[in-house]
Amino acid sequence: MNRSLHLFAGIIGSFALSCYALVLLPQQQLGGLQPQIAEDEGKIVDIYPVKNVSHEEGRAIYQSEGCFYCHSQQVRDEQNGTDLARGWGVRRTVARDYIFEKTPVLGSMRIGPDLANVGSPKWRNENEGEYATYKPKKRDASWHLLHLYAPRTVIKSSNMPPYRYLFETKKISGQRSVDALDLTGLDAPEPGYEVVPKPEATKLVAYLLSLDKSHPLKEVKGSAPEVAAK
Amino acid sequence: MTAAALAPTPTTAPAPAAPSAVQVQAAERAAIDASASGPVLFFFGSAILWLLLATVLGFISSVQLHSPGFLADCPIFTYGRILPAYNNALAYGWATLSGMGVAIWLLARLCRVQIKIPAVLVTGAIFWQAGLTLGIGQILAGKTTGVEGLEIPGSAAVLMLFGYMLVGLWGALLFGYRRQAPAYISVWYLVAALFWFTWTFGLAHLSIQLPGVTGVVQSLVAAWATQNFLHVFITAIGLATAYYLIPKVINRPVHSYHLASTGFWAFILFSGLTGAVRLSGGPLPVWLVTLSIAATILLIVQIATVSANLLLTMDGQYHMVYHSPTIRFTVFGALSFTIASVVGLLASLRSFDRLLHFTFFQSAQTHLLLYAFFSMVMFGAIYYILPRLVGCEWLSSTMIRWHFLAVAYGAGTLIVSLAVGGIASGAALADPGMIFSQVIEDGVRYHIGATLGWVMLALGHVIFAFHFLLMLFRIGQPGGEPTLFAPIGEEKH
Repeated sequence: MNRSLHLFAGIIGSFALSCYALVLLPQQQLGGLQPQIAEDEGKIVDIYPVKNVSHEEGRAIYQSEGCFYCHSQQVRDEQNGTDLARGWGVRRTVARDYIFEKTPVLGSMRIGPDLANVGSPKWRNENEGEYATYKPKKRDASWHLLHLYAPRTVIKSSNMPPYRYLFETKKISGQRSVDALDLTGLDAPEPGYEVVPKPEATKLVAYLLSLDKSHPLKEVKGSAPEVAAK
Repeated sequence: MTAAALAPTPTTAPAPAAPSAVQVQAAERAAIDASASGPVLFFFGSAILWLLLATVLGFISSVQLHSPGFLADCPIFTYGRILPAYNNALAYGWATLSGMGVAIWLLARLCRVQIKIPAVLVTGAIFWQAGLTLGIGQILAGKTTGVEGLEIPGSAAVLMLFGYMLVGLWGALLFGYRRQAPAYISVWYLVAALFWFTWTFGLAHLSIQLPGVTGVVQSLVAAWATQNFLHVFITAIGLATAYYLIPKVINRPVHSYHLASTGFWAFILFSGLTGAVRLSGGPLPVWLVTLSIAATILLIVQIATVSANLLLTMDGQYHMVYHSPTIRFTVFGALSFTIASVVGLLASLRSFDRLLHFTFFQSAQTHLLLYAFFSMVMFGAIYYILPRLVGCEWLSSTMIRWHFLAVAYGAGTLIVSLAVGGIASGAALADPGMIFSQVIEDGVRYHIGATLGWVMLALGHVIFAFHFLLMLFRIGQPGGEPTLFAPIGEEKH
């Protein structure tokens, strides 16, 4: 009996340790994180991150379609890879960046590029140096919609599946819709028809364009807020 | 309490003490097998159905990695839904159900207790699978939690947890009523597995629902749960089975009980602390990842002791892999455990993780552990256990030989393709000048290799499922002498 007491004590104790070290302690340390507040002469002039619920629907589509199985949303520092040199961000991401995300989509695979800052105008997926032989068009909403519908029209040999079910092909009645895709070649619909995004696609793209974690933070070296640095 | 007192009992199973006791013990084993037969057959049968489903889903997801347009126009078949459906079907369908079936049978045998009210176990398995079916259906319908590794929504997870707890409770009762006083090392691992899974699964699904748990802690909880599932639950059942089957079939005791004991305590102490390596380099406090890397390195104590113990037990008996199907599968699995553990240790080091994180190398590691180690040991166990439950031996050693060839080469092709592809893209991406989409395009060739691996795995699984079906209908060779690849004089069971 003594021996099984030791066995039980060992099993329960080791589980408690595991749970304490990897769940409770981190929750204690990170659970109370607040947005960074920069003060300028007593006035709050800068708050990051901000709670933004307007893109929750787009974010839900990002999750239900499983975008995060191929795209991460975390930028590592120089010691941990070439994320910054690639242009996926201007600084590494830290826990504070995610405090308003109930279920952050950090991702564990990169079959596609990191999207933590894809909505930032500075985001790029290739080096500006001498190796850059490929220059993308501006990544605005119409670029993203075209990319979702037929990835290979904008990225040669893209490995992303086409998300045609987020769009519908309609007969053009009178005027062509403003949001109809500019498709050519094999992807183009029959004459007299047009491809327009369903609300899901529009919301997803709005969510993607909202992604920007490039705001300076105190805890990330080299990115101290300008106001605080003054 | 000294180390010696903590060491497991020096018998692999009740050994015949006197000739007169042999028949009594054989009758007792037969009675235990008869009581376990219903639920264990149900566990194995359903596990194999899930394995077939996982094979289809895994094949589709692999094809989509080199032909992204494949089935892409139908939402339920999009890669982002097929992949988690595959992961859940393989882990919670095949691996968990086969593991629970083996665990229950081993506990009954090693504790020398007949199973009372086996319907409870069957009910547990039905609840588990109802929840899992609902959960995978919701993933395919796009109603996932969105947390990688814990995709199954709470309502389905509750059904699964209830079903699991029935099985876990019955396992604990077998241990509680044991008639074999000092518990064998396999029992230690099994009790640990049953306990850890319940609490990890329950707490993880509970905490991602709690309003106070947001941000990266959610990802950490998911990483912790995934790591505990693979590196505690699955690993413990696989090792318990290997520790039982190898000594049993070659008919000699485990080489060293002290090694077994040391390995167990190192395992139970360090494995549960390794979870944060899954988020290495990510937006977490550095101490967390450092702690997990340290725990992974300390696991070398377990890797060394378990590997040495199993290999030394086999010492001089390696010819048995030519004769016994059980030994061939189990030794393949045991060697894969050593390889998977050493690779896991190296890959957790920051200098390697920096390159291999976010690549298919991680998928290769998961398949090394979950398939090449665990699933192969489960195949070995099912080849050993099933004749004792249905009363006849496997029909065809040729079919077993083809099953082994197909899954061994299939798993090898899949894992090597993923690993080499991961290393290649990781090394290429270390150069910031390499264009990302070019690296991904270059990686496509490795997924063709992986798909080839899936074709072989599918062939092996179909042969195995067919052979299993024949056994269910008692179509086999007369009971008594096990079906061997080649005859052997001294083989005893």
